[in-house]
Amino acid sequence: MKELAFDAVVIGGGAAGMAAARELDAAGLSCAVVEREESLGGILLQCVHNGFGLIEFNEELSGPEFAERVEESLSGTKLAVFTGTTVMELDAHTETKSLFCYSARFGVLRLNARAVVLAMGCRERNRGNIRIPGDRPAGVYTAGLAQRLVNVEGYIPGKDTVIIGSGDIGLIMARRMSWVGCKVHAVVEILPYPSGLTRNVVQCLHDFNIPLYLSHLTTRIIGKERVEGVEITPIENGALVHEKAFTIACDTVLLSVGLVPENELSKSAGVEINPMTGGAQVDSMLMTTVPGLFACGNVLHVHDLVDYVVEEARRAGRNAALWLKGARPGSEVRVKAGPNVRYVAPGRVRIDADNKLYFRPLVVKNDALLEVRLDNRVIMSVKKNHIQPSEMQSIVLGPKELLAAQGMPDSVLEISLR
Amino acid sequence: MKTELTCITCPLGCSLSIEREADGSLTVSGNRCPRGIRYANEELLSPKRMVTATVRVLSGSGAGHDRLASELMHERLPVRTSAACPKELVPELLQELYKLTVNLPVRRGDALLSNWRGLGIDVLASRTLG
Ligand SMILES: Cc1cc2nc3c(=O)[nH]c(=O)nc-3n(C[C@H](O)[C@H](O)[C@H](O)COP(=O)(O)OP(=O)(O)OC[C@H]3O[C@@H](n4cnc5c(N)ncnc54)[C@H](O)[C@@H]3O)c2cc1C
Ligand code: SF4
Repeated sequence: MKELAFDAVVIGGGAAGMAAARELDAAGLSCAVVEREESLGGILLQCVHNGFGLIEFNEELSGPEFAERVEESLSGTKLAVFTGTTVMELDAHTETKSLFCYSARFGVLRLNARAVVLAMGCRERNRGNIRIPGDRPAGVYTAGLAQRLVNVEGYIPGKDTVIIGSGDIGLIMARRMSWVGCKVHAVVEILPYPSGLTRNVVQCLHDFNIPLYLSHLTTRIIGKERVEGVEITPIENGALVHEKAFTIACDTVLLSVGLVPENELSKSAGVEINPMTGGAQVDSMLMTTVPGLFACGNVLHVHDLVDYVVEEARRAGRNAALWLKGARPGSEVRVKAGPNVRYVAPGRVRIDADNKLYFRPLVVKNDALLEVRLDNRVIMSVKKNHIQPSEMQSIVLGPKELLAAQGMPDSVLEISLR
Repeated sequence: MKTELTCITCPLGCSLSIEREADGSLTVSGNRCPRGIRYANEELLSPKRMVTATVRVLSGSGAGHDRLASELMHERLPVRTSAACPKELVPELLQELYKLTVNLPVRRGDALLSNWRGLGIDVLASRTLG
């Protein structure tokens, strides 16, 4: 077995992995990136629609363009890039961590490093996760898998489609399927509002006259060999109204019912997971509960904009470099999600420096108020024109706001919306 | 005639009501700011969309022996328009793109169609392949 040593190894070569690795290299450390696919870029490579990079590059790019731009920023670095290589096991019990990798080219490979950045992205929830009853015919895909089939591999999964869930991937796929000549009969959403961005509802559904059934549940998938239809039941006052159930004939069902961070490796390495995000519990340096293991991007919490992924990953890379050089977080305060906030990441802030926090609203609301409390005292309030769960929010808190917590190890910072 | 639209210029997503006056001009209500009026005018008088698609790739010939099979899996090249295309012409543009075959190698930004229909719209490769 080939064995190599680095200061740091980054698992995953998507937007997050590339951005984190670049910072480690810039800090003069030796660093490797391990990516399962044959090329760097991650999920961006199948997102051929545009809308990426407005913050990062001040331009609207397609996913592949964004990925290539980030990859180009790696030229001139001394990074060791292992593509087509999967990390099978992460042993983080000792100060030097070991990654056992497998690739067709190198066989089994052992990489040793004192710091590891987790950047494995996320995967889609599937039918099993949401328990739709009915037959088990062919023709049921997750929206992201269908996206890969159509955009990368050049296969069209079916002709007559119903999309379950109104997340952005599903909406984007409604337009893509229409543009490749399929008929999208409906998008069915259990919640009373769409889970995706308004922009996507307008440009991906309204443009093609695709009906969006809000407060409707898919109660059955019908079909023996191949999907033949779906049964849809309205929800009124919180209850299913079976008398009003109806069926839509289709040969393909796409599921767009959420994403889950890909944390099997992290868990096996002993990393504590935050149940609200499905990602690691991290401190102000984005370090997990296992010293020397850092996390960023969709493996930490699911982001809607790749620009934020890159920003967060740079921080993780920089912090991992600082940590390797001996830096440790100073005094920290625990962060809590208050009313109408699903989660806040990271879970700790440091008192002596600026902290960027990302948080996700639980509600749709215009003219909302963001309130930050330190030990129940409001230390900041900001007006928000509009909040909704599909749009992650951010805030920066620094010494000015947090100094009152100096010497108070049990202080709690709460972020709430009303 | 009254038309309903959702403004997508900003996340507030105002519901716009638009009345077409006798002189052809539009009266917009429901907008929280003037950008809603501009959006309604563009959407109703000359709607445009950015188009992204994929086109067929002819791999093979130039490919060296050591290319991995999975690299050859990229059967499609992602492309996008350089500017927004009049909405009613999008299906036609797509049909034309689906008929194209691109020879590798291709670099990001290469124009596959230039000044399509004299509209000043190019179709650009959005990935480097081969
Ligand atoms: C369908 C879709 C549409 C989107 N649309 C937009 C949009 O319009 N605008 C926008 O800004 N953002 C959009 N996003 C969000 C944004 O693109 C992603 O959040 C971002 O690219 C995620 O980057 P990442 O590096 O965290 O994860 P990924 O890109 O998923 O990268 C993770 C990488 O890790 C690798 N990996 C995982 N496990 C292992 C292992 N064990 N060993 C080796 N490698 C491993 C994977 O192969 C993958 O390449 C979209 C996302 C999706 C899924
Ligand atoms: S009208 Fe103005 S405030 Fe309303 S959605 Fe459009 S841009 Fe936003």
